[in-house]
Amino acid sequence: MTAILASFDPPYWLSTVIKVLVVGAVVPTTALILGVVFLFKIMSWMQSRLGPQEAGPRGLLQLLADGVKFIQKEDIAPNGADLWVFKAAPLVVLSSTLLLYVALPASAHLVVENLDVGVFYVLAISSLSVIGVLMAGWASANKYSLMGALRAAGQLIAYELPMVLAVMGVVIQAGTLSLNGIVFAQNDGAVFGWTGIGNPYILTQFIGFFIFIAAVQAELTQPPFDMPVAESEIVSGYQVEYTGFRFLIFFLAEFATAFVFAGIAAVMFLGGWAVPWLSANSDWYYVLGPAVLFAKVMLVSFIIFWVRFTYPRLREDQLQSFAWKFLIPLALVNIVVTAVLKVVF
Amino acid sequence: MLALLVAQNIAFYIIAALMVFGAFRVVTCKNLMHAALWLVLVLAGVAAQYILLAAEFVAITQVLVYLGAIIVLFLFGIMLTRAKTGTDGDLDNSARSRVIAAIIGVLLAGIMGYSLWDGFGTREFGDIVVQRTAEVSDSIFSTYLLPFEVISVLLLAALIGAIVLARRD
Repeated sequence: MTAILASFDPPYWLSTVIKVLVVGAVVPTTALILGVVFLFKIMSWMQSRLGPQEAGPRGLLQLLADGVKFIQKEDIAPNGADLWVFKAAPLVVLSSTLLLYVALPASAHLVVENLDVGVFYVLAISSLSVIGVLMAGWASANKYSLMGALRAAGQLIAYELPMVLAVMGVVIQAGTLSLNGIVFAQNDGAVFGWTGIGNPYILTQFIGFFIFIAAVQAELTQPPFDMPVAESEIVSGYQVEYTGFRFLIFFLAEFATAFVFAGIAAVMFLGGWAVPWLSANSDWYYVLGPAVLFAKVMLVSFIIFWVRFTYPRLREDQLQSFAWKFLIPLALVNIVVTAVLKVVF
Repeated sequence: MLALLVAQNIAFYIIAALMVFGAFRVVTCKNLMHAALWLVLVLAGVAAQYILLAAEFVAITQVLVYLGAIIVLFLFGIMLTRAKTGTDGDLDNSARSRVIAAIIGVLLAGIMGYSLWDGFGTREFGDIVVQRTAEVSDSIFSTYLLPFEVISVLLLAALIGAIVLARRD
């Protein structure tokens, strides 16, 4: 079967259609998986309660039921809202999420577009969602929304920098910006000559991994970095005026983005779709790659959501000084040390 | 190859038309926020044109710098200062400044169009070669190392200057 998959070479239009369909199906599915597994099940487990029980076996279909409920609701916009901008804002956020999936490789060939500069592309596209957030906050004609959007913009700008700098260490070590190239570099690597587990960069770039996860947490505006949507201070920030399927789109985009960022972290630090004892050129990865990547994504997501469920919210000034006075200097030191070691060894 | 070039030309004109429309709306909009959002369309169009020219590194840099940073800064600034919805009457200029702006615009378009025509008018479109990022970085860090460093120092100076101007104490 792997040979059949390897020799499958469709014409350009067919492969484009397949890619669009796959991304269109994967984005809601991954959001659903993260929502059910972490937001409902793991969160209630950590808080010693049962969580949703009624819809489906053990309440697994609760999120589907919620989704149907959201779609049924009336599409309301506030009176003073700027209608066009108000309605377009969730779509801008969602399109940024969809574009992120273009670069995530599930095996050497199972990738929508094997970009030469995959890491750079991901960082550039992820910054687009800020525009949608600002549009949502402004167009709602609501003070809480506006404050939420301003907080979101300030936070997302501040945490984009440590994220870029954390990635630099991996890029220096791998010597490539291509996400597949980084997977190959880890698969071929060795720890002091021992090739047993390749060289997953979490061993050498654990500081980078820590900074990256912290920055991802902030980019997703999840606790402890949820100032922009802090429900006890500014109700729900830029999302407060959204109901029905437009709110659903924000929800979907948040969880799908969490999944894809966990995927990027898995690719850069945990060896991506490859397992160390099987060469990355093997055809087996047509089947094995997505499964391995999924397992690693769930592992990284667990860390992200664990922090989300257990830490209290930071204050705005703590949030900014954590990025500018701690994460960024740490990332710069990491880059210098990595570059020096790269030249020495 | 020919079919690809035809498709590329069609895509170029569609994107260019969208960009011109967006640029027109930027200056005619009666709402500052809308003007900034139309500017997003123009800048995204530039990135799309770079992709058509197979310069992916430049295209992604365009997205990162202009859409991800500069537009966000614009929106941020507008929202902090004047965040009204609806139209804003005092965004219009006087007739005199309109005439001057029109003259400058025509002159600029003429000069840039002429220099492009003069420099590249006879050049044929060859095969489209994807510009590899490794080649870009190789030329920046070897052939053009000195200009690159000079630009970095210039940007640093601008940054320090901004801090000096903004600090009151």
